[in-house]
Amino acid sequence: MNFLSGKSFQSVKEKAIETFLFLSAASSILITTGIVFILFYESSGFFKKVSIVEFLTGTQWTPLFSEPRFGVLPLVAGTFLTTTIALLVALPVGLITAMYLSEFAPLRLREILKPVLELLAAVPTVVYGYFALLFLTPLLQKFIPDLSGFNALSPGIIMGIMIVPYVSSVSEDAMSAVPMYIKEGSYAMGATRLQTAFRVVIPAAFSGIAAAFIIGISRALGETMVVAIAAGMMPNWTINPLEPVQTFTSYIVQVSLGDVPHGTLEYSTIFAVGVVLFFITLGANILSFFLRMKFRERY
Amino acid sequence: MVEELKAEVKNLNFYYGKNHVLKNINLPVARRKITALIGPSGCGKTTFLRCFNRMHDLYPGNRYEGEIVLYPDNLNILSPVVDPIKVRMQISMVFQKPNPFPKSIYENVVYGLKIRGVHKKNYLDEVVEKSLRGAALWDEVKDRLHKPAYDLSGGQQQRLCIARALATNPRILLFDEPTSALDPIATAKIEELMVELKKEVTILIVTHNMQQAARVSDYTAFMYLGEVIEFGKTDKIFTNPSEKLTEEYITGRFG
Repeated sequence: MNFLSGKSFQSVKEKAIETFLFLSAASSILITTGIVFILFYESSGFFKKVSIVEFLTGTQWTPLFSEPRFGVLPLVAGTFLTTTIALLVALPVGLITAMYLSEFAPLRLREILKPVLELLAAVPTVVYGYFALLFLTPLLQKFIPDLSGFNALSPGIIMGIMIVPYVSSVSEDAMSAVPMYIKEGSYAMGATRLQTAFRVVIPAAFSGIAAAFIIGISRALGETMVVAIAAGMMPNWTINPLEPVQTFTSYIVQVSLGDVPHGTLEYSTIFAVGVVLFFITLGANILSFFLRMKFRERY
Repeated sequence: MVEELKAEVKNLNFYYGKNHVLKNINLPVARRKITALIGPSGCGKTTFLRCFNRMHDLYPGNRYEGEIVLYPDNLNILSPVVDPIKVRMQISMVFQKPNPFPKSIYENVVYGLKIRGVHKKNYLDEVVEKSLRGAALWDEVKDRLHKPAYDLSGGQQQRLCIARALATNPRILLFDEPTSALDPIATAKIEELMVELKKEVTILIVTHNMQQAARVSDYTAFMYLGEVIEFGKTDKIFTNPSEKLTEEYITGRFG
């Protein structure tokens, strides 16, 4: 009797643990769904009053003016500009750093460098923002007199530096995971370290490196504080990096922190902008998924 | 010995840090013959083989003493003034586990030539066919040269690695237990291939499979605890060894 009841207690316990694990796993999906739902629900109010065509094709973004215009393109341009500058810095520097750490650095140096580099990611972004505004912009102005006090260039560069650890850390993991016997195959053919790195290690680690790049892109798209502080909060339909710009994220910050009353059209703009940002990052993630499927490592 | 020599190992000692792994090795390597290195696990046969293409230079803390002289140049390839990359360009290696690169079959074969700066398409095409024929793989892959190398079976991948090693026209080909990851049929093909290849190139093979050494090699060196215990014609080593240790190993009493 004892034996049987003990067994059923065991199975109840198993069931309870299983349910608990399921709920934990489900919660993240539920929260994500909730966020997406709120985003679309709140932005639907906006799209009832402003046509999607006007929203997506307009080149003036002045929702807080007395004669508001709701063309999102200036924010697209600002985001595109700062993200591109950031990636021009982060992708090459991150990849070269990863290559150095994984293929060239002596073991001891690598053990020091890698954690130090990852420390870069621990600096609060607000610090980076002021660094861009108060240090890099004045420095750049010495060389580029036309550079305005708020601009896309300086926060773009700083964002790039900020993203380097994300790119290099993930790429380095992918390159270190390439088995030694494949690298030895290359060395045994008389290849140098550089030839081995470029012709064997990078192709073999491609899917991991692609994932690192997508993480970098997503970070740059979503970064808020640096651009909010140093890029100038000015929606500007331009691709000139020397001018002030505004990104999706910094617009959302501007409205959230301002005194725009809840429930108004002005307030609902941030959800519409949020939806656009959501689709762009979703696109980047889907792209990374397919890249990973297509170039999955096979050793 | 009346054979013409391709290389000669003279008083070779090798250290991993403070660990004295190879002890005073002397060995002649006959030209266009197969020399097999046999011995129990951990006897240093792979370490010895990897001295021939200076693979140990890739890792810090390794040290060679003594000479491996390459003929007819009379060049000591272990000399610190000799660039290991130059050595590897002349002495190719086939590894224990097939290790094709994540590239097409074609690109795998021409890899060694491309890193030497050879890019002439006609010539590369020619070398690809010649090397793949040399590795007895041409008929199986000629219609899919630009497909990924990983689509091949394990035995085909190993023959691709042999083709890759042949493409640069090496003077010595090193085989490090080349069939240990393969099934008996693929193994038989590789063994047949080695016998065919020795018409053109000098071969050194490490194997833990004594039947394999007996089947393919002309000379055999038996190693134990980092030393060459006995060296001689394969027939003699396997039928009438002079050393008691060799006899015990060959008859399966240890190892």
